[in-house]
Amino acid sequence: MDLATFLVQCLNAVQYGLLLFLVASGLTLIFGIMGVINLAHGSFYMIGAYMAFALAPLFGDQFIVMLLAGVVLAALFGYLLEWAFFSYLYQRDHLQQVLMTYGLILVFEELRSLLVGNDVHGVKVPAWLDGSFALGDLMSYPWYRLFASAACLLLAAGLYFVVNRTRLGMMIRAGASNRDMVRGLGIDIRRLYRIVFAAGVALAALAGMIAAPMSSVYPGMGASVLIICFVVVVIGGIGSITGALVASLLVGFVDTFGKVFFADLSGMGVYLLMAVVLVWRPEGLMGRRT
Amino acid sequence: MRSFNHWLPLVCAIALALLGPLLSPYVADLVVKVMILSIFALSLELLVGMTGLVSLGHAAFYGIGAYATVLASGSEGGSIAWLLPLAMGSAAAYALFVGALSLRTRGVYFIMVTLAFAQMAFFVFHDTAFGGGSDGIYMYVRPALGALDMESHAVQFYFVLAALVLTYGLLALIRRSRFGAALAGIRVNEQRMRAAGFPVYGYKLAAFVIAGALAGLAGFLLAARDGVVNPELLAWHNSGEVLLMIILGGLGHLRGAVIGAVAFTLLKEVLSTQALVGPLADHWQLTLGIAIIAFVALLPKGIIGIAARLSPKAVT
Repeated sequence: MDLATFLVQCLNAVQYGLLLFLVASGLTLIFGIMGVINLAHGSFYMIGAYMAFALAPLFGDQFIVMLLAGVVLAALFGYLLEWAFFSYLYQRDHLQQVLMTYGLILVFEELRSLLVGNDVHGVKVPAWLDGSFALGDLMSYPWYRLFASAACLLLAAGLYFVVNRTRLGMMIRAGASNRDMVRGLGIDIRRLYRIVFAAGVALAALAGMIAAPMSSVYPGMGASVLIICFVVVVIGGIGSITGALVASLLVGFVDTFGKVFFADLSGMGVYLLMAVVLVWRPEGLMGRRT
Repeated sequence: MRSFNHWLPLVCAIALALLGPLLSPYVADLVVKVMILSIFALSLELLVGMTGLVSLGHAAFYGIGAYATVLASGSEGGSIAWLLPLAMGSAAAYALFVGALSLRTRGVYFIMVTLAFAQMAFFVFHDTAFGGGSDGIYMYVRPALGALDMESHAVQFYFVLAALVLTYGLLALIRRSRFGAALAGIRVNEQRMRAAGFPVYGYKLAAFVIAGALAGLAGFLLAARDGVVNPELLAWHNSGEVLLMIILGGLGHLRGAVIGAVAFTLLKEVLSTQALVGPLADHWQLTLGIAIIAFVALLPKGIIGIAARLSPKAVT
């Protein structure tokens, strides 16, 4: 493998990892704060991708505006869904949460099939991001992928800032480490829940929208992302944003280079990584020891 | 009343055995399918209901049992005498690997880890050529042992029924044994069991491996019935559905797993039958999803829970 190929693969790995981080961070926060295991989180990614498919013709080259509109819609949707459905799950045990969110996946998938059908659709890369730039003599790298990485990086930085430097972030961190204490201190936990959930949905949908021009949109895209994100959360440790970031990048690298070196068994790489982490640190890289 | 209720499962099994020859081929085939699903659901009941371990990856062991059967029978077919132990053994071996790692975690981690390892097994069969890839593989000759030839529908029926009775009996024995009592102790309060000096990890691992082996038995029967396997058997939808069955029936009761398998199969049939639900039949996933949510929300104790509510003394 020459240097240019290696660089391209590294860029791919980082880009994939950052995209996973957007989905996984919401998943880990929702579990860490509300204690809800949400199987339908992958569906939000799927919804985002289909939203990009539906909105792209309307916005044309205004890709950024489209992303912003999509985020607003997704956050609203998340807010409503928390109010109408998820707020009833907090008091239930994990088994019931698993089954009810599993039912929700079926509903989302069938609605998707009713609205857009079961075909695979492509989403056009906006004209100003079309094309690629040269890397070495033979390799080139698409501008859009670089844009995707940059956007994810920006979002990750933004998330880091919000979580670590703002009052809301302080409440979120407090909620993740001790829910009952936060409630006891008189913080409106229901509002906090709603905001975190809406943010998680918005992040996952945004990841879907950003991914849509690269991966096309297809049925079942939610489930595959969900399971990989579970792996990320297990590796990173539940409730830890930093852990999710480190684990997403690790998974991105293992998956990308797995595809380069072991084409046939590439699907297994990330699971073996998870197995190793479970042997070494069952509570995840950044998880709290219990 | 108590004693009749106690013997009810056996009465049902005998009734089914007597009814067998009278059933139409379609119904008999459906009954075989439901009995296989019942074994699968019972195997998960050992984990979820008896030990309190919520596994979302149980379909992996089911699928591995089925694949082992088809792969090992080759083009000449094979004897039940070694195909059955092989199927159960392969499933148990993978369960040992998954259990040893996933039982290092707890609660929601355990759910995610079992799901992830099941997906790993799914990818092995889906992405590599040795199991026929995403199309799966056919079995040329069904397993047989002397006069017991699974090609015959009657043999299939009674073989599966016998397997169901044995599985049910085995789990009933486990429940009453010291081992079962320890598992119940772990479900109720793991910390206390550990403090009392029980090797909790070992007990849970043993339960996990037995459950895996029994799921492998269900997989063997399924392969022998269908004569074909594909990676979808290991897909996580199957893990979700079997989990649903034991909730639907009533968690914590062996008969709940069987009732759940029957109810779930019927529910799916009803929701996808044009004559009963009209144009919604094409969108049965939508109605099924809503039914699942409503069911778990309103009847967390399952169908047995309804019976118990109607006559508090009937079910113990």
